[in-house]
Amino acid sequence: MNKTWMTLGVALAMGASAATAEEVRVYNWSDYIDEELLEQFEADTGIELIYDVFDSNEVLETKLLAGGSGYDVVVPSGTFLQRQIVAGVFQPLDMAQLPNHGNMWDAIEARTDKYDPGNKYSINYMWGTTGIGVNTGKVAEVLGDDAPIGSLALLFDPANMEKLAACGVHILDAPAEIIPAALAYIGEDPDSQDPDVIAKVEPVLTAIAPYVQKFHSSEYINALANGDICVAFGWSGDILQARDRAWEAENGVEIAYNAPSEGALMWFDQMAIPADAPNPTAAHVFLNWIMDAQVAATASNYVYYANGNMASQPMLVEDVIGDPAIYPDEETLKNLYTTSPYAPKVQRVVTRLWTKIKSGT
Amino acid sequence: MRRLSLISVPYLWLLALFLVPFLIVLKISLSDTALAIPPYTPTLDLSQGWAGLAQWWAGLDMENFWFLAEDNLYWKAYLSSLKIAVTSTLLTLLVGYPIAYGMTRAPDEWRPTLMMLVILPFWTSFLIRVYAWKAILSQEGLLNQLLMNIGLISEPLIILNTNLAVYIGIVYTYLPFMVLPIFAALDRLDGSLLEAAEDLGCSRLTAFWLVTMPLSKQGIIAGSFLVFIPAMGEFVIPALLGGSKTLMIGKVLWEEFFSNRDWPVASAVAVILLLLLIIPIVLFQRNEEKQREAEG
Repeated sequence: MNKTWMTLGVALAMGASAATAEEVRVYNWSDYIDEELLEQFEADTGIELIYDVFDSNEVLETKLLAGGSGYDVVVPSGTFLQRQIVAGVFQPLDMAQLPNHGNMWDAIEARTDKYDPGNKYSINYMWGTTGIGVNTGKVAEVLGDDAPIGSLALLFDPANMEKLAACGVHILDAPAEIIPAALAYIGEDPDSQDPDVIAKVEPVLTAIAPYVQKFHSSEYINALANGDICVAFGWSGDILQARDRAWEAENGVEIAYNAPSEGALMWFDQMAIPADAPNPTAAHVFLNWIMDAQVAATASNYVYYANGNMASQPMLVEDVIGDPAIYPDEETLKNLYTTSPYAPKVQRVVTRLWTKIKSGT
Repeated sequence: MRRLSLISVPYLWLLALFLVPFLIVLKISLSDTALAIPPYTPTLDLSQGWAGLAQWWAGLDMENFWFLAEDNLYWKAYLSSLKIAVTSTLLTLLVGYPIAYGMTRAPDEWRPTLMMLVILPFWTSFLIRVYAWKAILSQEGLLNQLLMNIGLISEPLIILNTNLAVYIGIVYTYLPFMVLPIFAALDRLDGSLLEAAEDLGCSRLTAFWLVTMPLSKQGIIAGSFLVFIPAMGEFVIPALLGGSKTLMIGKVLWEEFFSNRDWPVASAVAVILLLLLIIPIVLFQRNEEKQREAEG
């Protein structure tokens, strides 16, 4: 009897120590991975994966700046990553532990270099554009067949929005993406850091705010797929996921994504390891695994976002690699812009403006 | 000595759970934002001894409070929260008092069951219960379907994402906090007092006004505080049930913290909220004590 208890005790103790040593906590965006990949990671590496999701860079940054987030891998977008590197949030990557790093795409690394000089702290997970998703049938019904579905005028011209309000419009709750778009619409530099220039978008956005059903950064995938809304200003892959879900449901909803002709924001979601990560070794194993060509291809084939992995491209399905909405051609690429992080004082102006637009106060 | 140690226990409790956290928040509210971990400056550097302390002290100022005073957003949010909290406390009292009264009048063998029914909702997570209201109040929700099926309305009512939904959420969530203290007060009520009142010519209604109500005052006050204080700073209910136009200080605080990542201003908002809650309560208690002394 005694012996049985002892064996059990030893087994429990071993189990407990194994759980703490072989565990990696990943904090990624919602709807951003093929769930089967999570199981595959555990099977491939024997490391237990704890996977949490968020839907706003701001929430992630608050957790990171508070310190002790407990996560081993986090996925901020480029502009946020840049500020966080300055704040000392991340540890430099140990390239010796990342043999798959050779798979990465130099054209993307050249662009992310702006946020993470030398790509010392991060690897690219996915990148994409922010643009307009429409339910083509409903929008044609409301605005006619020549509706400007590829133009920011669809969203920022109150005459269009007034009519679209009846079938539902969602806009990202992300001022750092909507304000640049509104600036592009009125012909200003979308990357402007000047509070006086930024203030010019206030009348544009307050004029359309009453017609927006919701400012939210993740609900629009389902809302668009179910036909509850007819327009969403959101992230490329999310809208393409909505298109895919509608196809699968065979509910007659046709979704199309367009990067606005006035210019579209190109963003990069970067995987990085917090300086206080409980298990940096496992974090490196995770990053190396995600840079595996087949894993990266499976991830992109599922979420409809382009990845920063050159070696994965031969394994991408035609739906993904052949779609200029996901892998833009040279012509579209010229039309894309990137943004820089706001300084604290400008950030305050931006958030205050956003509160005013959303709540009317 | 023994008496001193007995008295010191509640004060130590207050010190550890109220004063120390308050001083930390107060200190952050006097700091400035910084791009660092933690995201504010100055942080106390004791390794430099007195010089570090002096430097820390010099870095604190009232700037964030002036900032709050200048922007009408904050005052509007405080006032709007106050209005929502007062209204929903009154509504909870209106719903809760009859329930508590009914419970004391119920036969003894029913009481455990009734008590259970009041407490039962706590077995489910608060968040899930508020979420369930979304399914009830939405345009395709249960309430609208019911009303349309029985022919009371032809168009669905828009309740979700309005202030009405926030009131419903608060009254529903905090009802037990109102019912239980009132029940406790009414339960202690000596029935012979009511009989005496009726013997002396009171109608049942006047007896209720002149005897039952005053004697349950302590329960009403306790219940109202228990509802009013959390409702004032409520975040979850307006975030889930309210619309983007529902202005409450809890939401403003969240935005300061998560969107602006401005801990000092968020702390200043919290300090003012605390003062707004504490000062009236302290004044009220003083007044009560004076009254009691005058009576005693």
